[in-house]
Amino acid sequence: MQHSSGYIIGFAALICLVCAVFVSGAAVGLKPLQDANKLLDRQQKVLTVAGLMEEGESLPREEVATRFEAAIKQKVIDLKTGTVNGDVDVANFDQQVAAADPDTSFEAPENASKVRRLPNDALVFDVVEDGKLTALILPIEGYGLWGTLYGYIALAPDARTIVGITFYKHKETPGLGGEVDNPRWKAGWPGRLAFDERGNVKIGVKKGSAGSVEEDPYNVDGLSGATITSRGVTSLVRFWLGEDGFGPYLASYRAQAGV
Amino acid sequence: MAEVSNREAFIDPLFNNNPISLQVLGICSALAVTTKMSSALVMCLAVIAVTALSNTTISLLRNHIPSSIRIIVQLTVIASLVIIVDQVLQAYVYATAKELSVFVGLIITNCIVMGRAEAFAMQNPPKLAFIDGVANGIGYSIVLMAVAFFRELFGSGSLFGYTILTPVNQGGWYVPNGLMLLAPAAFFLIGCFIWAVRSWKPEQIEEEFHVGALLELSNEGNLR
Repeated sequence: MQHSSGYIIGFAALICLVCAVFVSGAAVGLKPLQDANKLLDRQQKVLTVAGLMEEGESLPREEVATRFEAAIKQKVIDLKTGTVNGDVDVANFDQQVAAADPDTSFEAPENASKVRRLPNDALVFDVVEDGKLTALILPIEGYGLWGTLYGYIALAPDARTIVGITFYKHKETPGLGGEVDNPRWKAGWPGRLAFDERGNVKIGVKKGSAGSVEEDPYNVDGLSGATITSRGVTSLVRFWLGEDGFGPYLASYRAQAGV
Repeated sequence: MAEVSNREAFIDPLFNNNPISLQVLGICSALAVTTKMSSALVMCLAVIAVTALSNTTISLLRNHIPSSIRIIVQLTVIASLVIIVDQVLQAYVYATAKELSVFVGLIITNCIVMGRAEAFAMQNPPKLAFIDGVANGIGYSIVLMAVAFFRELFGSGSLFGYTILTPVNQGGWYVPNGLMLLAPAAFFLIGCFIWAVRSWKPEQIEEEFHVGALLELSNEGNLR
C-alpha cells in the first residue's frame, strides 16, 4: 500500500505523541515511589555500616525509617574546608550526581584510586545513640580491578579507630575480589586504627593475613587471589581519609571534639 | 504466510522455534542477568511483558503503518514500552531493578522483540500476535531460568537467595564454582541447552557448512 508523504509524517507525529504521553505519564506517576525507594536504599546502607541493621536483613520500610531517624544525623559538608554546608538540601542531595556535575565538583588531584572528580560537598553521617555520638560514617569510592567500588567506612568518636566498612556496589571477580562482600573479611576491620599517632593515614590491606588487632593495628587481611582489589581498597581508604578526601572534615571534628 | 492456530502460536516458540536455542537471539542479556534466579525471573517477566505488548500494539497498527517507516515505528513503540517497564521495576522492585541496571533498557535492542514484531505481528491479528509475544517471551524465559538455576546453584550454592549448598565461607562444605558467576559460564550452559534440545529434536540441526563446498562452487565458476 502506498501512502502520501503527509500521511507518513502525520502518522509518525501521532505515534511519537502517544508514546511520549505514556512514557512521561509513567515517569511522573511513579516518581514518588522511586524516590522513596532510593531513600530507603541509602538508609539501609548507612544503618548496615553503623551496625544498626544486619546485612541482607529485610525490614519493613517504617522500621528502617524509624531506626534511621532515631540514630543517624545526615550532614552535607564542604569537602575542602570540612565545615557543614547549610545551604544544601540534605534529603535530596546525591553525592555521586554532584561529583559528575562540573558545576558542583572539581578535578581531583592525582590519586591511586583513579577518582577523577570530587564533589564540592559530601554527604556524611553521624551515629548518635542516647544523645552520644558513637560513630562517623563517610562515603568512599575508588577503583579496584574491574571497576569502581562504592561503600562506606565508619570511624569511632576518636576519629581514629575503624568501626566498620562496607561496599554496596562493585564489579570485582566473584569469589576473588568479590570477597570484599564477605562478612568474615569485613569482620577483620573493626578495632583497627586508621591513623598513626601523628595523624597520618596508615591503614591498609596486607598481602597475606594480618595479626590480631592489638599486634597489627594498621593492617587488614589480604583477599587471596585478589591483589589488585586489595591494593585498590587500601588506596581508596587512604585517599578518602587523607588530605584530599575527608582530612579537613576530620581535622575540624577533632578540634571540636578535642580528640 | 500460512494460517497459524492459537495453539501453534503458543507451543512453537517454547521448544520447536525457541528464540534463544534455535533462533539464537537475545544472548547478551542471557549472559548478563542469570547469576541469580530472582533477577533472571524479573528480567523474564519484563521481556514477556514487552514482547506481548509490543506484538499486540504493532498488530493493532499493522494496517495503518506506512511500510517505509515501519521499522522506526516498531522501535518507537518497543522503546516506549521498555522505558515504562523500567520505570515500573524501579518503583516496585528497586533492589532487583538495580541489579538488572542497564539490561532492562537493553531489552530495546533484544532482537527477539523486534524480530517478532517484524516477522509476526505485522502479518497477524492482535490476539494471535499477543499469544506469539507471550510464547516467545516464555521461550526466552525457559532458557534464562534454566541457565540461572545452574549458575546460582553451583556459583553461590543457593536458589532464589535461599541457601541449598552451604558455601565454605559461611562455614559449610561447598566450594562455590566461581566460573559459574562469570559470563562465559552462560555460554557453556546455553551451548549445553542447545545441544540437549537438538538431540531431542534432531530436525533443528542445521546443514553442515564447510569451506570446501564454496571452493568447489567457485571452481565450477558459479561464484564468479
